[in-house]
Amino acid sequence: MQLTLGPVLYHWSPERWRDFHYRIADEAPVDTVVVGEAVCSKRAPFKQDYLPGVVERLQAAGKQVVHASLILVSLPRERRQTSELMSAEDIMVEVNDLTCLAFPRDRPHAIGPFVNVYNEATAGFLARRGATRICLPPELPLAAVTAIATALPETAIEVFAFGRVPLAISARCYHARAHKLTKDNCRFVCEQDPDGMPVRTLDGAGFLSVNGVQTLSHGCAGLLRDVPLLRRAGVASLRLSPQDCDMVAVAQLFRDVLGERIAPEEAERRLGEIYPGVPLANGFLHGAPGHARVGA
Amino acid sequence: MELICPAGTPAGFEAAVEAGADAIYCGFRDETNARNFPGLNFSREEMRRSIAIAHQRGVKVLVAINTFARAGALALWQASIDDAVDAGADALILADLATLDYAARRHPEQRLHVSVQAGAANPDSIRFYAESFGARRVVLPRVLSVPEIAAIIRESACETEVFVFGGLCVMEEGRCSLSSYATGKSPNMQGVCSPASHVTYEERDGEIVSTLGGFTINRFGKGEPAGYPTLCKGRFSTPKGSGYIFEEPVSLDAAIMLPALRAAGVTALKIEGRQRGRAYIAQVVRSFRRTIAALDAGKPAPAAGLATMTEGQASTVGAYRKTWR
Repeated sequence: MQLTLGPVLYHWSPERWRDFHYRIADEAPVDTVVVGEAVCSKRAPFKQDYLPGVVERLQAAGKQVVHASLILVSLPRERRQTSELMSAEDIMVEVNDLTCLAFPRDRPHAIGPFVNVYNEATAGFLARRGATRICLPPELPLAAVTAIATALPETAIEVFAFGRVPLAISARCYHARAHKLTKDNCRFVCEQDPDGMPVRTLDGAGFLSVNGVQTLSHGCAGLLRDVPLLRRAGVASLRLSPQDCDMVAVAQLFRDVLGERIAPEEAERRLGEIYPGVPLANGFLHGAPGHARVGA
Repeated sequence: MELICPAGTPAGFEAAVEAGADAIYCGFRDETNARNFPGLNFSREEMRRSIAIAHQRGVKVLVAINTFARAGALALWQASIDDAVDAGADALILADLATLDYAARRHPEQRLHVSVQAGAANPDSIRFYAESFGARRVVLPRVLSVPEIAAIIRESACETEVFVFGGLCVMEEGRCSLSSYATGKSPNMQGVCSPASHVTYEERDGEIVSTLGGFTINRFGKGEPAGYPTLCKGRFSTPKGSGYIFEEPVSLDAAIMLPALRAAGVTALKIEGRQRGRAYIAQVVRSFRRTIAALDAGKPAPAAGLATMTEGQASTVGAYRKTWR
């Protein structure tokens, strides 16, 4: 099984974003890295200057580089960005909205976790149109993962295995709203929360996390102990979604579990030290509420 | 502009016909439709009979088969499509690429509408659905402003349908798994959001506390009406303060936006609420019928007077005004 590093969903400073990818290139045992801005089109220009350097460094390190498209496309600027991405030569695009498919592309592409692939017929439809990799929506249970991976042996099926789980996207910016700002004049306050703004219940229980127009889970997907199940299901790759923690160490842990160099239970214990204070969850895979931790 | 009305039961269906609906949308009693609540929706026979009644009165019926088909169980969704076509549906409302692809190939003459669950929010995405499946209409997600809708219509060959009254989704529909995270029941897979089976109300220290899937969604002080704990309309706590961080418990009421929506070129206006009773359907449909008639006659629209039908007696025009964002 391979490892994929998903796009940074948060608004990290451009330099931090660049340095993070440089270190991933040099040190992280991942096979594929998804770059670019998927959440908010207003943030995209910040990365633009550093993107070529990041891509070059990742490719020089032998990583496959994939460029993420936006999740929600509504403004003219966003349509333009999407069209440009799909018409760019020599890059692999990860489609996060079906808008991308309106721009035909004879080159292979990937499907991201924000496209609704819930069954083998939808996966087959996308594969016939050129999708060679599909990262399934995080809420899919194992039975669906198995059915899709079994039906499409030629398509690399990926599962969301680490990181706060993206749960919703809106036209409204909840970060701006919390700061009593409008989306148009947001002052990029989301930069203050490199791991998302915590949303607790009125009892103080961790529940959700706000990242601009996106809502994520408070709990962190942690599928280390499910690796044998995912392997049997025919999953080709595990997605690690960047959080504000040592992602090189996270990738190394997953690599060691895949290589059976470390027991999953021990790996989970260490994961808790690398990314402390955030409960691990795997409920979605087991058909339980997403926040649940099944089998621990 | 056509008036599209909800029906969760044959009785609600007849109420919508009586009240002046141009078309009614409804679904089968199973997980293939996105309002899969207990005691709601239509058996095959009820669907056939209701469609016959509607057609006698010149009313169209749009059958919603708008969840995402369960892997390994596509036959259930395909059977719903075949049965709806067989029962005489005027259009199918679909969201999943698998169901759109099946319907377009198996029933090439059948009119297909793209469900709001498909999240088609721009002209390119709509073009993809029109070109791939021959979709004739798209139901737009509740994240667009009126100028954005007007721009979509200018560029699209597809008809557009927009929500004007009822529940307000603040997340893009079809791409929200908040409910699934809290309860294990998913809008996309099981057709439910914030399901009643996972709701509790309890009294704590003189306050009413509502929970969903064990998470506190709201607390109500003395005398404050305890609303339903719809997840995205709860009170939560953040480092910037506590409150309704996503949206207040309000309903969508876009009656005052009707002239603008009409000028934008919207084909159809949709009322939400397949889970609501006959009285709701009758009153809301009549009110919007009057408003549309006034607009058609070039007269000022009468006040809707629907406050009692809204959540918490509060309403918003939501994303139709850009300031909402």
